[in-house]
Amino acid sequence: MRADLRTLAGLALAGFLVLPLIPLVGWSVAQGWRFPDLLPDRISAQAWTFALSPQSGVLASFATTTLIAATTTLLAILIGLPAGRALGMYRFRGRSLVLLLLLAPALLPGIAVVFGLHGMMLRLGLAGTIPGVILAHLVPVLPYMTLVMAAVFARFDPAFEDQARSLGATPWQTFRTVTLPAILPGLMIAALFAFLVSWSQYLLTLSIGGGRVQTLPLLLFSFASAGRNDITAAIALLYILPGLLILAVIARRITGRGAALTERLHP
Amino acid sequence: MTDRTRLALLLAPALLVLGGLFLTGLGLTLLRSFRYMPALGLTDPDLSAYVAILTAPGFLTSLTLSLWIATTSTLIAATLALATALLLRQTFPGRAIISFLVQLNLTIPHIVGAIGILYLFSQSGSFARLAHAAGLIATPAQFPILTQDPTGIGIILLYVWKELPFITLILLANMQALGDDHESVARSLGASRWQAFRHVLLPMLMPGLLAASTLVFAFAFGAYEVPLILGAHAPKALPVLAWQASTDTDLATRPEAMAMAVVIALIGVALLALYARALAKGGSGAR
Repeated sequence: MRADLRTLAGLALAGFLVLPLIPLVGWSVAQGWRFPDLLPDRISAQAWTFALSPQSGVLASFATTTLIAATTTLLAILIGLPAGRALGMYRFRGRSLVLLLLLAPALLPGIAVVFGLHGMMLRLGLAGTIPGVILAHLVPVLPYMTLVMAAVFARFDPAFEDQARSLGATPWQTFRTVTLPAILPGLMIAALFAFLVSWSQYLLTLSIGGGRVQTLPLLLFSFASAGRNDITAAIALLYILPGLLILAVIARRITGRGAALTERLHP
Repeated sequence: MTDRTRLALLLAPALLVLGGLFLTGLGLTLLRSFRYMPALGLTDPDLSAYVAILTAPGFLTSLTLSLWIATTSTLIAATLALATALLLRQTFPGRAIISFLVQLNLTIPHIVGAIGILYLFSQSGSFARLAHAAGLIATPAQFPILTQDPTGIGIILLYVWKELPFITLILLANMQALGDDHESVARSLGASRWQAFRHVLLPMLMPGLLAASTLVFAFAFGAYEVPLILGAHAPKALPVLAWQASTDTDLATRPEAMAMAVVIALIGVALLALYARALAKGGSGAR
């Protein structure tokens, strides 16, 4: 293909990729935008002012969503890092069974688990609570974290650890000064994307939170179904902000582009 | 400490948490689908919930719709992703920006994309306004119904938009790992560009493409929030139908919701088997 044709195809692709974001930007600053007007009657900060005011609940919801995603990620690191090490560095009987258990939550739709999970949370007294929602989010997040860490540990050379230990380092010192620096880039990316997996959950939060845990997607949906396009658009743009920040962080750290991002990614 | 104990210690927390949450959740759903709910006084398991959903017309329509949405979205997204990956492998002005946009799209939650598609393609959306400005339509009702439509066009549009970058990035990563050598050899032996692609590159990309497509299919088949926003009132996508049955005030419909969830899970299990096979092939073939 000629270079200018490629650029043309690229332009079409770029247009397609940003297209759904354009009306969101437009609506978020629109005041009165009736059919068939191509442009809003007035440009105003009204929707943003409301979205950022305490009575809209958006900022509180932003905080709740952040708290849930951050805690879920932290727990997933604590639990998934050791498991990833086992899967990445050892060949053992039952390994494929463990991998299957990890892949299942990615392939089985949330709706298949959510009813039973809700029943369990009810019995544990965790339905309708933030800890309950965090535990539920671990179902998609923990496998993701574990599988990415397994790929990271598969490239890790344990000989460095042996050397450190033979030179008298304690296990903790070895982990902190030898293992951690080696796995840190992979761990960072796994953590950032684990955060996003939790950040994007809708059904699990709706079901386990029972309407009492209002994360941003739930709030977004209630404004959308109320037909408030302007406020919905402002919240939607706030909602994609962490993803943008994470992308900026990763783009600066990683030059290998897609490769590191896509390891065991969720669609 | 032996390797066995060490392994057990490393794996135990993850297995406990995942087994405790995921398998128990799945198991409880299964029990309830057989109408086994001691708390409600139901202690004789039976298959009546399955009979009920299979004989009601709504379930099969919804199942067909969900399979249609997942199949169409996956095929379109995979084809376009292959073309996109081949494009992005080459150098041309603006490639960096497009690579950035592909990755950006990956971070945007489905629900945001769904709302964007709604505002673009609804009968009073951006495209309807453009059609009006071009003199093609006079009222919103004359614009074709592309969102909240019975055939799921809006839903498919969203999945193509959202999953194309996902598959593209996986293909690009595969291409990066494979390098250009295989194709160069084929070309130097006299293969045309098309032949080198068709007989050398494509077979090597196939396992990755299949694995990614399986993930996309599973997601498009089972996702709830996308058809909730972009789906029609009737027929509903299967996950929406199941959720609705579970929140019905009539407690009798709960086992039916569970039975639907089990059917969805069974299709997921079939996909898991396919995915495992695609990965196994990738392990022996491409590397």
